[in-house]
Amino acid sequence: MSVRASGGSIVGVDVGGTFTDLFCFDAASATFRTAKVPSNRGDEAVGFLAGLECFGAVGELGSIVHGTTVGTNALLERKGARAGLITTAGFRDVLEMRRRDRRHTWGLWGDFVPVIDRDLRFEVEERTLADGTVRVPVDPDAVRAAAQALIARGAEAVAIVFINAYANDANERAALEAVRSVWPNDHVACSSQILPEIREFERTSTTALNAYLQPVVGSYLAKLERALASSRFGGPFHIVQSNGGVMSTATARRLPVRTALSGPAAGVIAAAAIATAAGYPDVITGDLGGTSFDVSLVTGGATALAAQTTIDFGLVVRTPMIEITTIGAGGGSIAHVDKGGLLQVGPESAGSRPGPVCYGHGNDRPTLTDANVVLGRINAERPIGGALARLDVEAAREAIRHHVGEPLGLDPMAAAEAIVRIADARMAGAIRLVSIERGHDPGRYVAVPFGGGGALHVCALIDDVGLKGALVPRFPGVTSALGCVIADIRHDQVRTLNLTLDGLDAAALDARMVAEAAEVRDVVAGAGLPVERIDIVFALDMHYVGQTHTVEVPVAVTVRDGATGVTEALVRAAFERAYLTAFSRLLPGLGIRIVSLRTTAIGRRPHFDLTALAPPADASLDAARRGARPVWFAGRWHDTAVWSRLDLPVGAEIAGPAVLEQPDATTVVDPGLVARVDRFGNLIITRAGRH
Amino acid sequence: MTALDTLGDSILGTPAMPLARPLDPVTLAVLKGRLEQIVDEMDATLYRSAFNPIIAEARDACHGLYHAETGATLVQGGKGLPIFVGAMAFAVKAVIDKVAEEAAAGRAVLAPGDVFLFNDPYLGGTHLNDMRLVQPLFRQGRLFCWLASVGHWLDIGGNVPGGFNARATESFQEGVRIPPVRLARAGVIDEDIVAILAANSRVPVSNRGDLAGQLNALDLGEKRLNALLDDYGEATITAAFDAFTARAEALMRDAVAALPDGTFSFEDFLDNDGIVDTPLRIALDLTVAGDRMTLDFSRSSPPCRGPLNIARSTAVACCYVALKHVFPDVPANAGCLAPIDFVIPETTLLGVSAPKPVGGYTETILRVIGVVFGALARAVPERATAGPFGTINALSLAGHRDDGSRFVMFSFYGGGLGGNPESDGLNHANNPISTATIPPVEILEAAYPVMFTQWALRPDSAGAGRHRGGLGAVYEIEVLAKDGADVFLLGERGRFAPFGVGGGLPAALNRFSWQTDDGEASPPLASKVTDVAIRQGRWVRLETPGGGGFGLPHERPPALVARDVRLGYVGREAARALYGVALTEAGEIDAAATAKLREGAEA
Repeated sequence: MSVRASGGSIVGVDVGGTFTDLFCFDAASATFRTAKVPSNRGDEAVGFLAGLECFGAVGELGSIVHGTTVGTNALLERKGARAGLITTAGFRDVLEMRRRDRRHTWGLWGDFVPVIDRDLRFEVEERTLADGTVRVPVDPDAVRAAAQALIARGAEAVAIVFINAYANDANERAALEAVRSVWPNDHVACSSQILPEIREFERTSTTALNAYLQPVVGSYLAKLERALASSRFGGPFHIVQSNGGVMSTATARRLPVRTALSGPAAGVIAAAAIATAAGYPDVITGDLGGTSFDVSLVTGGATALAAQTTIDFGLVVRTPMIEITTIGAGGGSIAHVDKGGLLQVGPESAGSRPGPVCYGHGNDRPTLTDANVVLGRINAERPIGGALARLDVEAAREAIRHHVGEPLGLDPMAAAEAIVRIADARMAGAIRLVSIERGHDPGRYVAVPFGGGGALHVCALIDDVGLKGALVPRFPGVTSALGCVIADIRHDQVRTLNLTLDGLDAAALDARMVAEAAEVRDVVAGAGLPVERIDIVFALDMHYVGQTHTVEVPVAVTVRDGATGVTEALVRAAFERAYLTAFSRLLPGLGIRIVSLRTTAIGRRPHFDLTALAPPADASLDAARRGARPVWFAGRWHDTAVWSRLDLPVGAEIAGPAVLEQPDATTVVDPGLVARVDRFGNLIITRAGRH
Repeated sequence: MTALDTLGDSILGTPAMPLARPLDPVTLAVLKGRLEQIVDEMDATLYRSAFNPIIAEARDACHGLYHAETGATLVQGGKGLPIFVGAMAFAVKAVIDKVAEEAAAGRAVLAPGDVFLFNDPYLGGTHLNDMRLVQPLFRQGRLFCWLASVGHWLDIGGNVPGGFNARATESFQEGVRIPPVRLARAGVIDEDIVAILAANSRVPVSNRGDLAGQLNALDLGEKRLNALLDDYGEATITAAFDAFTARAEALMRDAVAALPDGTFSFEDFLDNDGIVDTPLRIALDLTVAGDRMTLDFSRSSPPCRGPLNIARSTAVACCYVALKHVFPDVPANAGCLAPIDFVIPETTLLGVSAPKPVGGYTETILRVIGVVFGALARAVPERATAGPFGTINALSLAGHRDDGSRFVMFSFYGGGLGGNPESDGLNHANNPISTATIPPVEILEAAYPVMFTQWALRPDSAGAGRHRGGLGAVYEIEVLAKDGADVFLLGERGRFAPFGVGGGLPAALNRFSWQTDDGEASPPLASKVTDVAIRQGRWVRLETPGGGGFGLPHERPPALVARDVRLGYVGREAARALYGVALTEAGEIDAAATAKLREGAEA
């Protein structure tokens, strides 16, 4: 198999629960195509290939980048592999004991089942102290015996986690060798390879979840690779990570835990790129699906990363992931009046099956989508997705009257409007949580809705939160697939150092930074995708001596001529700046410590010209006009113009009230707002009279 | 729960419907979210900037907004320590009384930027380690409401490093007691007070960091709340506060009315008071009459000599915690206590005043919460929750590092929760009074000269039942410090195990031991001890209880018992003796023998 020189096209593939979305960009001709095919749950390779075939012979494609939820689903549905754990004697239960938390603040019911059962967790005599001293060397024979026992019990993967291995990994490495000597298996890893960072539960959980996912993600990728090979595809095939960067399938096999938010991360990346190109680098993305609303903050074109994410109770992954705040408010969220007389929307959801009342699949409790249909905001005659002929407006209205209108003493229209307002308020709350509540001025940000439903609600978000405006991408439904195409290549690494800042040995820190930089650069360079350059980014996790939490301190140095030029004074100034941003006061006179070093390599992909997405030059307002229909805004019906969104020309200005329809999304422009088509085909929505 | 639904509808149908009509339901829902976010963010700010792990890792802290005149809780964070949720209203009220007194005497006038600080447990509940900061919020020259912050400081003096003096007979032996004083006047911190605080602690730097963290949280809360008030106006926010309170009251009345009328009694015991080795009775007669509930603790033991007493405000606060766990949907504000009457005589250990020692209050309130669960289990057996492990095991190792610096390693330890209608109890959980996470071993070992040799689940520690309790834990710590360490423990459940419900069995007892020249030793008073000198290289070991069981053990499916044995949660002997399940050598169920064992039990 040879790499095809002709392959100029790059395809992004986002496999969701219902649909597989694809975005194919041909660099040579600067043209693109999109495709949407049903996902084939259980054997995603079928839908994956069917989608690729929409673009012609698969073997002719240049490269493929994939955003996947296979890891997320395996975690949420507990369908990972049978994995084993080898720990320091006395500590096999760390994984199950967690940090001694419980599920809810209020209420004591519910238990926890770890991903590795207790009879697959073995202990060996060994001990490293906090300062890195090996007090008891590991006995390779004992490790081999544990490995044999795991093989006998049917384990497919093994995680090795020793206490204080972040300070010295010698015992872990020796144990790793011992396991491999009796069990040649790619799915064996020790915690210092996965996360050489202090805190044993977080490190154990991350390493164990990685082992739990390795066989699943590995076989999934193998299946896709086989399918691609059988279609004579020989180009690079890459995976989107939770941090929004792309990695090779080799790295994904080694670190599958980094795919936990692969799908959603790709969407955020695309939204950030689209908005930045359009002149809006400060963005709040909002993905409204059937059961949830996912929000993420982008500042200055850069996504916000969280150091640690809890996938589900007790399942902690500590690796940088795009910070995505999820609330249980989606199109399928059920509206009801609680016993205290308060209207609630969600978190209970009718999902996509049976779905909203208007789908006619047996649900009789009203959802957010039902309210949108009753208010005329969604076109009942042309439902998105094409699976249903029309939506049942009457059934939706009756459900709203009965379940919301009557208890609150409101007529059905007022009740439907209240449902939308509550949902808007909850979405606004999520946006506020990631912006205002973290000290960001919402007046600087635009909302970028993507997925099917976000553009229905974006105007209310502008008003409720006081956003600068909104930007609706030209193809909201394939935003994640587009993100796969434009995402940079990225690799993150962390290392606990525990250095005192006073009298810092800057040369030693510099040497460490240079070494880490070389390692992460190699991973990115080895990914095999063309990049314009590789940037190295350093940050230090620091605190005052005595604190346990840290602040992330960006250190603005780069490696030049084998050195970073880092100094004690530079680090101190950076720490004080970061600390003051996070809290209102410094604590002069107290010692300061560098806990961990975070190093990231980013391989910048060649520039992607988003004007490729723009409407054709011959588009016109007349061709886009689709008449009018009544839509309910603020207590009364408004005669509202309807437009075919994709047929609008660049520069078109549509004043609200208006409804803009396209196959994969509906945009509602409220009275008092105006939507303008920019040169990329995005809709820019602002309050009338402001641009 | 048909009865509850019906009743809910009938309440909502009456003209006296408590939902505040002046505010539309949409605005109300929006404001609820905004206000809760403000308080959540205050919590998060303190956790992230605090110095001592009891706040930073264990989240032993809380923030809220309180009524200007009554101090009643208006809004509470979702993550704040549950026991403070109940107690903070009393703390704010103490400051309100102090301000009124000063004004009446013409000594001082409340001004914007004032911040009060105190830790007096007889005024604000809980114990001396919990430092409270209370700050007025002014709007247009008038007091609008109070913001408050409470956090557990690592050490505030007294005989025992870290507090928790199991042998205290007066509060003076427990630490320095501070009545409400002005830490800041019109925004300017009184450094003299900061100096007094520093001089009275073994760890002044830690306390200074925590104080800064609490001030950070108040700064943030004030800024956010002012912005919200600018948006909506004082009248709207006040109406929202009233509506939240009315709503919580309505929901609690619903919940109480759904219980059968009658009196349900339950009692449990504390091992001893740390001084006198006699059990202390905590007795509750819980009476439901329509939509009101009375909690009568009159039959409880009189005040004790040791530190297991609590003040009335603490007793009320922990009942609130218990009820919130049973009825988690009722919002956390003052309204939910409106339908509850308390009988807590001063002649019992649950209603003491100064200077009776209260440092072990955690143990007493856990028992109070347990008896509320126990009494409600008798009212509604099908919704019963078995007893949680019920002791915080405040363990302190103190001494000097090899470089001569002083250390105090203080932490609370976990255990199992009770079996319940939904599931087995959670293994290794925190107590109902807290949402505290435990500091990681690696953080403790990096900070203190110790080495943990075990951090494990404790087999056979859970109460047997159809749903068994969660497992407790075994923690074993070796002292690395050259000069050894002094060890202090204030724990419970060494003599009276966490109870089962509905035929479920009690869990294992708490056990503490340490290595001696000729073996090991345990405290004469079971789980309370002070000043045990441990030499370098020797260990101390804490084995904590699981939770009680729910339902008859013989009703647990044999397959689940076999799994428990396979995973080492339950021993073979216990499987046979308690669950009536016989297993083969290979761990398979011996169906015939099991049938015989279970038959025998029924006969």
